[in-house]
Amino acid sequence: MAISRAEVEKVSLLGRLLLSEAELETMTAQMGQILGYVELLNEVDTEQVEPMAHAVEVSDVFRSDEVRSGLARDQALANAPQRDDECYRVPAVLGDS
Amino acid sequence: MSKPYEIIIGLEVHVQLLTESKLFCGCSTKFGAAPNTQTCAVCTGTPGALPVMNREAYRLAVKAALGLNCQIATFTKWDRKSYYYPDLPKGYQISQYDQPLSYDGYLDILDPENEEQTRRIGIIRAHLEEDAGKSMHDEVAGKADSRIDLNRTGTPLLEIVSQPDMRSPAEAKNYLTELKLLLNYLNVSDCNMQEGSLRVDANINLHIDTPGGKVATPIVEVKNMNSFRAVERALAYEAERQWEVWQETRQKLGDVPKQTRGWDEGAQITRGQRSKEESSDYRYFPDPDLVPVTMTEEAIEEIRRSLGELPARLRERLVEEYGITAYDSDVLVNQGRSLVDYFVTVADRCGDGKTAANWIQQSVLRTLNEGQIGIDRFPVSAEALADLIKAVLAGKMETSRGREVLARMTETGETAAEAMKGLGIAAVDESELEALCAELLAANPKVVEDVKQGKLKAAASLIGQAKKKNPNVNATRVREICLQLIEQM
Ligand SMILES: [Zn+2]
Repeated sequence: MAISRAEVEKVSLLGRLLLSEAELETMTAQMGQILGYVELLNEVDTEQVEPMAHAVEVSDVFRSDEVRSGLARDQALANAPQRDDECYRVPAVLGDS
Repeated sequence: MSKPYEIIIGLEVHVQLLTESKLFCGCSTKFGAAPNTQTCAVCTGTPGALPVMNREAYRLAVKAALGLNCQIATFTKWDRKSYYYPDLPKGYQISQYDQPLSYDGYLDILDPENEEQTRRIGIIRAHLEEDAGKSMHDEVAGKADSRIDLNRTGTPLLEIVSQPDMRSPAEAKNYLTELKLLLNYLNVSDCNMQEGSLRVDANINLHIDTPGGKVATPIVEVKNMNSFRAVERALAYEAERQWEVWQETRQKLGDVPKQTRGWDEGAQITRGQRSKEESSDYRYFPDPDLVPVTMTEEAIEEIRRSLGELPARLRERLVEEYGITAYDSDVLVNQGRSLVDYFVTVADRCGDGKTAANWIQQSVLRTLNEGQIGIDRFPVSAEALADLIKAVLAGKMETSRGREVLARMTETGETAAEAMKGLGIAAVDESELEALCAELLAANPKVVEDVKQGKLKAAASLIGQAKKKNPNVNATRVREICLQLIEQM
């Protein structure tokens, strides 16, 4: 098995996905298949190949440091599930004192 | 040291870079705008929006790294650090993981144990990343909501990670002071802690001497420190706390997960926070939206040439070129580049570095401190101060009178000559002085008698009388002339 059920549980927790028992079973099997498929690449000899950091061979793309107008506040907040006149509203942030 | 342990401290400092716009979009980075008025599709994490690197942010990051004596990577890339927090709209922060833009540097700091010496603190790496937004707990109407302002989201930050090379809270404070000064000189960040443009997290543990050898206590990360003094106090508190916990539990490094504690300024203690995620929990991976950046040697050298003179070198130069003490040089340099420029102009124009340093420390800095202003807002130009010092050096007035002139110049913005005229200060010529002294001797035969008998101190009363008749007279000169005249009698 390329991935254990415990690993899937941990990853689903980190990804804030609430999976049922049945889904965990399915996911473990399916992710195992995906990883197994990717493992095929291990058969390729990469001894002489530099690791890539990006899928396209482009580098050094920059913009100049200029201010451009963005979203009006009402536009920015338009899709928020909860908001007030100025801010997004979210359930209280826990964990910090 | 009284306690059988050594304190081990490493600091992670985030500074905001002085750019006009954010790291990956054109939104303004200006501090203090109304909430959510400086955002766009990119920094609010709208699906499909693409980040593009700010060239100036990258340049400033490399400049800071060079100032910190770091190696600059010729190839660097950006990674996603995934975690969920309401002020992080994308669900990940764009940061740098395994190929930071710089690494292996150092910063020399003042040794708090011996101010004549420096200590070299290693820099593990300095990398560029984006800031998160700001969450505010809504206390109005007792609502249990948090309010989120995304203005700060995407602001360019340089994260500077030191080696665990500091051995006391005082060293940590000196490191921060020197780092801030350096970044100010480089004009890379204003390092304003109140506005959040400099933030400090500290890692601290103890190496305890035990019969079985040295033992390390679990590392604690301390957050929420809002001033350099708070850092010093929080670390002193935390060292003491770890020592007490060790005596109780004998817990060693590795026995418990890394703990995060927040400094409570009101209570002056650290309090436990949620336990720190493991690095693997952040699921770093290369950001496919951003392409790597490469640096040629020429490009690095070009930025190196823009560094200008840095504090460590400048301190030495002022001592060498102006003959001032190391202490004076340190005071001047620590005030920042513009004060040093002011000093240099005064010293060059009046031709006496030591005297210039004295005047600046005793008069100018006092006024700046009292008014809480910078040298750029000091009303007396360097040229005007130099002219005043020249007049004092030429004996046109005494130093104490000169300070009165400077006070008037500070108040009115007048030149030295104007202020001297305004205060009725005019050089008293020699014949005038001699006439005055002769008049005084004639009126004080008792003093003349005393002086003749060797009581030179008696001449002091003549000086007081001379000043009453003409406040512009030079006391030293009056004394000299009087003694001379008495001798000739
Ligand atoms: Zn934006």
